[in-house]
Amino acid sequence: MREFGYQRASDVSGALAVLDADPDARFIGGGTNLVDLMKTGVERPSRLVDVRELPLDEIAVTRDGGLRIGATVTNSDLAAHPEVRRRYPALAQAVLAGASGQLRNMATVGGNLLQRTRCAYFTDVTKPCNKREPGTGCPAVEGEHRNHAILGASGHCVAVHPSDMGVALTAFDAVVSYETAQGPGETPLADFYLPVGDTPHRETALPPGALITGVTLPPAPVAARSRYRKVRERASYAFAIGSVAAALDVRDNVVRDVRLAFGAVASRPWRARAAERALTGGPATAEAFAAAADAELAAAEPLRDNGYKVTLIRNLVVAVLSELAEEDAR
Amino acid sequence: MASPTSSAITLTVNGDKHELTVDHRTTLLDALRERLDLTGSKKGCDQGQCGACTVLIDGRRAVSCLQLAVAAEGREITTIEGMADGEELHPVQQAFLDLDGFQCGYCTPGQICSAVGVIAEHAAGWPSAVTEDVRPEAGPPPLTPDEIRERMSGNLCRCGAYVSIAQAVARAAGAESEAVRETGEAA
Repeated sequence: MREFGYQRASDVSGALAVLDADPDARFIGGGTNLVDLMKTGVERPSRLVDVRELPLDEIAVTRDGGLRIGATVTNSDLAAHPEVRRRYPALAQAVLAGASGQLRNMATVGGNLLQRTRCAYFTDVTKPCNKREPGTGCPAVEGEHRNHAILGASGHCVAVHPSDMGVALTAFDAVVSYETAQGPGETPLADFYLPVGDTPHRETALPPGALITGVTLPPAPVAARSRYRKVRERASYAFAIGSVAAALDVRDNVVRDVRLAFGAVASRPWRARAAERALTGGPATAEAFAAAADAELAAAEPLRDNGYKVTLIRNLVVAVLSELAEEDAR
Repeated sequence: MASPTSSAITLTVNGDKHELTVDHRTTLLDALRERLDLTGSKKGCDQGQCGACTVLIDGRRAVSCLQLAVAAEGREITTIEGMADGEELHPVQQAFLDLDGFQCGYCTPGQICSAVGVIAEHAAGWPSAVTEDVRPEAGPPPLTPDEIRERMSGNLCRCGAYVSIAQAVARAAGAESEAVRETGEAA
């Protein structure tokens, strides 16, 4: 591991000043991904600015009935919070489906959004990787890619974003707030992750040196009936091979409102807007759910060994929406 | 722009304060084992996947292999060495002994620290990934074997002593009646 400086930030402006002066410096929250990547040499920061003690650890209901979640809130505190569980149960479920109890106690919301892909080529510095070293190539396209992207990828990178939390946040139209030395800004999570194209090393729309300060969820009554379902290769403590966050409001067997996002299918949490459009105003039947999934997955471009994900996501959409519709009918 | 790559810190472990100078690259696990001679916390994978290095930080379980020692300054660290009250074992330790919650013992300190955390998290009403209804109105889930196994999934046991580990956690949590109900066994 490269030697590095370390300091604790006591205020946001002080933290920003360090990164403004030293582009090789990094913020560290829980460190559950960053420290791991530093051990393997994927990340080589000159110094770390510890932001965990910044006053960004509050969860508050906003005036309009949404939620404001501070960037240093731990995954555990987010999933345990009564207003998260009441207003956005799929978000609590998504967080609880990720990592282990120990890691959720350490990891933070801001860090979750900025975590890196678990693509085995990315995390192995002896292998080429366009994301880690632009221009070196992507061995995953022809190599081990069972858990790689089926949507929105390019020949330059087929890695998936590993977050569960981000899938639910995407379904519920989260907005990311940040600060830079030049002032504050915000970006809808839908635009937060950049298209892969030929620049997979550029992952987010955050300006250089920006610090995520929080995430805001707009009010979404439909989210009170929502669910996150994750499929993985063992029963617990593994990354998704496919996941779905869904919320559904059905009245008189007509879909009034629906939110749908997929995980482990793309370089970012995937909002299934084509499926949502196909469903809204139509019948809440298993056939309609399957047709909506097909509408979204028509754009899928599976690789040699990950075509199963198309079927998996389709089946997940039908199962989760059917369960929500059944609950609605009660 | 160069900045120091080591710091003089004070670590509070099991109530004792230790002053030491650490290279910033030092993990809490390495500081405990190599510098403070607290070798109960074990290094399994060293990448946060096995749970053998689990300790409590400010009362919450965490993997010490991904925790930088310098970032742990000012926090209350509890290791397996600090679980017992003098000669009196912690109820989780006693349950692991009574129910053979281990075979080779390598993962056991992490299992026990994790279980202490699990019991506290459950007592605080936290749901888990197998909790059917996470809404607060549903109330806290009973600590069934499925709940225990999900909550303990961050601790691997290569000997496969999971059956007795889950029983030991249930006994220490006072949740054996849930275990009996779930499996349908006679009491």
